[in-house]
Amino acid sequence: MSAIDVRGLTKSFGRKRVVDNVSLRVEPGEIVGFLGPNGSGKTTTIRIICGLLTPDAGEGTVLGFDVRRQSRRIKREVGYMTQRFSFYEDLTIAENLAFVARLYGLRPVENAVRRTLADLGLTSRRDQLAGTLSGGWKQRLALAACIMHAPRLLLLDEPTAGVDPKARREFWEEIHRLSAGGLTVLVSTHYMDEAERCHRIAYISYGTMLATGTVAEVIRDSGLHTFLVDSDNPVELADFVATLPGVEQVAPFGRTLHVVGRDRAALAASLAPVAARPGIAVRPGETSLEDVFIQFMARTGARPE
Amino acid sequence: MPAMVLLSPNRLLAILAKEFVQMRRDRLTFAMMLVVPIIQLLLFGFAINNDPRGLPAALLATGNDRYARAVVTAMEATNYFRFIARPESAAAAESLIASGRVSFVVTIPADFGRRVERGDAPVLLVEADATDPAASSGAIAALQTVANRALLREQGREALAADQQRAALSVIIHRRYNPEAISQYNIVPGLLGVILQMTMVMMTAMALTREIERGTMENLLAMPATPAEIMLGKVLPYLVVGGVQVTVVLIAARGLFGIPFIGSLGFLILSVLIFVAALVLLGYTFSTLARTQMQAMQLTFFFFLPSLLLSGFMFPFSGMPVWAQWLGEIFPLTHFLRVVRAVMLKGAGITDLGSEFAILCLFIPLYALLALSRFRQTLD
Repeated sequence: MSAIDVRGLTKSFGRKRVVDNVSLRVEPGEIVGFLGPNGSGKTTTIRIICGLLTPDAGEGTVLGFDVRRQSRRIKREVGYMTQRFSFYEDLTIAENLAFVARLYGLRPVENAVRRTLADLGLTSRRDQLAGTLSGGWKQRLALAACIMHAPRLLLLDEPTAGVDPKARREFWEEIHRLSAGGLTVLVSTHYMDEAERCHRIAYISYGTMLATGTVAEVIRDSGLHTFLVDSDNPVELADFVATLPGVEQVAPFGRTLHVVGRDRAALAASLAPVAARPGIAVRPGETSLEDVFIQFMARTGARPE
Repeated sequence: MPAMVLLSPNRLLAILAKEFVQMRRDRLTFAMMLVVPIIQLLLFGFAINNDPRGLPAALLATGNDRYARAVVTAMEATNYFRFIARPESAAAAESLIASGRVSFVVTIPADFGRRVERGDAPVLLVEADATDPAASSGAIAALQTVANRALLREQGREALAADQQRAALSVIIHRRYNPEAISQYNIVPGLLGVILQMTMVMMTAMALTREIERGTMENLLAMPATPAEIMLGKVLPYLVVGGVQVTVVLIAARGLFGIPFIGSLGFLILSVLIFVAALVLLGYTFSTLARTQMQAMQLTFFFFLPSLLLSGFMFPFSGMPVWAQWLGEIFPLTHFLRVVRAVMLKGAGITDLGSEFAILCLFIPLYALLALSRFRQTLD
């Protein structure tokens, strides 16, 4: 049985269709990255999955419970970490955790709090008010609170926004540790390196699911080819290369240009004269996930809302 | 399935514990909940007087005989009139009353004494500034009797007058429950209701919208808390605060203002509890309507003002037109005021106040249903 198996989810706010016919399947123990530009419907989809929103259309199951009718059962087994810090800033870390423990009926409360504090290295800060914590500690508290009732599914909505790289890495280590223990994770993010840490990714844009699969599959299915162009003056060269036939994206990375297009032959033909210039080298490169997403955004960005 | 019950004591306790901690941390609000009632009580209790005395008056006397002096002395003795000016002309007197420096101009004509001695009917003109009818009505009502009696005494015809009166119809007036017409007897018990309404409705109206505004509502809804638990968890702490406020006001009423307390304390406390429960549920209903704390505050004030004016706290209820009285009946404050005044001043009990009490009770299920039906368990 899949942890998440929803089909045709649709949700509108007023006349704006925020989620349009979205289907998603997540197997137990998987970490699935949920990607897409801002306002693409990631948060709305996650809220539907955890029972905070009722879809206008669509059906499916979450942890075997009906996503439309059994939202109370789903809430009980799901840990949901909201995009915005949503614990009580005027309560201490321990008080926040005790509140959550009591709501879920964890007994005895003190033990549950003490264990969670220790698991996440929060013991030394147990009496600090949550409002005075830095972004990384707030995120750690939120994660602690989400998993203390031992959920089977974890939904994380941009959990690492505004968190420094070290805390981000530690966070992902924690996610992988939880996943190894059998927990299923659906995590939305903007960061490519985080997407690459996921078992699979799902890309949504303007409410529509554009691609799902492993990172390698998504890159392969995109049909994009990449050449790397080294030069001393990449910025000037970029403007010129962008006008060549077959070139769809040009992005400078230091002194190297990533030149991306769907038609490999056309790309190669366009770049051959460039390679002949002195001081310029052209070589085939790997298409990155970012290239694929830029391509998605360019393609859907023109779509009228 | 135990997790599915609509009201679990443990989850309710979880929310209650959280609310009390938050209340304790928010020192300013907490202080306001206790200080505001005391300040309001002192301000209103000492400031409001429906029967003002010592009103400034001007005396325009062209004649200055012993009869005129007797009448003026008697008027001053009522404490209603305080003569502060003796203008020389009618124009000067007019300016005094127009500018508001005096509330009355008493004109005694030159032939006042002569007419008395001749046995003609003497005339005394009193002009009152009646822009605020209530302010001068007490003084005017006292005037006729006082002036008459003073004149008769001065003529030495007091006994005679008493004889005549005995023969005529005699109206005996008992000013019951408040013989000295002390405004505070009426105001202070009323303040109990007004203070409770002000703080209880506002605090609870803010409670839920605060969660929405701070984003914690999304989290609360994602956890297994039911609407009934959230409502009770939000409402009960303020019930306790209300209890503290009631104690403060009642002690002050007795100690500071010497308000008589004739009725049953138990019945009063019961009524207060029901009133407060209705108020916090109303506040909670507001917080399900408002999206922001500012809106919740505005809703509270929209409710507060008409209920203050139409409940009979500030103006006599029976003085309002029928439609306004009907409007007034929809406010819990109206019914609570009747109960609290009757219990404290008249010693009324459940048998006297059955219907008022019943109406007060009705507000609880009404507001509770309203609040629960409005509560959004999802974010739709």
